[in-house]
Amino acid sequence: MQAKVKNNTLIIYVNGDLDHHNAEKIKKMADTKIMENQIKNVIFDFENSNFMDSSGIGVIMGRYKMVENIGGKICAVNMNQSIKRIFSISGLFKIIDQYDTASDAMSVIGEEE
Amino acid sequence: METLSVQIESKSENESLARVIVSAFAARLDPTLEEISDIKTAVSEAVTNCVIHGYEEKDGIIRIECTIEDNELTINIKDEGVGIEDIEKARQPMYTTKRDKERSGMGFSFMEIFMDELKVESEVNKGTAVTMVKKIGNIS
Repeated sequence: MQAKVKNNTLIIYVNGDLDHHNAEKIKKMADTKIMENQIKNVIFDFENSNFMDSSGIGVIMGRYKMVENIGGKICAVNMNQSIKRIFSISGLFKIIDQYDTASDAMSVIGEEE
Repeated sequence: METLSVQIESKSENESLARVIVSAFAARLDPTLEEISDIKTAVSEAVTNCVIHGYEEKDGIIRIECTIEDNELTINIKDEGVGIEDIEKARQPMYTTKRDKERSGMGFSFMEIFMDELKVESEVNKGTAVTMVKKIGNIS
């Protein structure tokens, strides 16, 4: 699992399926980066992921709770149809912004990739 | 009728294995990409429940039995874990006993949404079995 920090924004490149098994790894990695870098915004990039189940909802909601009280945003980019369906059915789109690419999300957040 | 019967160890690594095995079996019915994705999600939720709740991340065996009859796929996933005290409560959307682990409580809801039928049977300290049915190529 790879990640990139740009000022107050963390981009997480989800690699493979976002299920319970990978959720634990992503959480650990994301939380370390969030603490170390005073992260405000988190972008989940699904370019290299084709699958997400309800464990992924927990990962995203958990990070949302961490940044919402400091006015941060959570974005999801490069999602395929089946991941979009999970977001849509679970109501995640009510609190998470979706963009085609990470650079689209970055420009809305106000940072350059 | 065609059948598939496998048993896997209760480990989070095996969640993806279970999805792949069941979806490969279901491929015989020539499902759409969306139907395959529905099946993968439902299997993933059921197996994850066995790992996290049934066996509480300890050792155990998960049994997966599938049958195909006409255009109908039946998936039975069971553990011999702790069981569920109140099935009705457990099936409610967003209900979880593991809030501290950031569980969304959407597992049973997803099984219900993505499959045509869901039956949950459980006995405390004996285990839990979920049976899910999906009709492939169902126009309605």
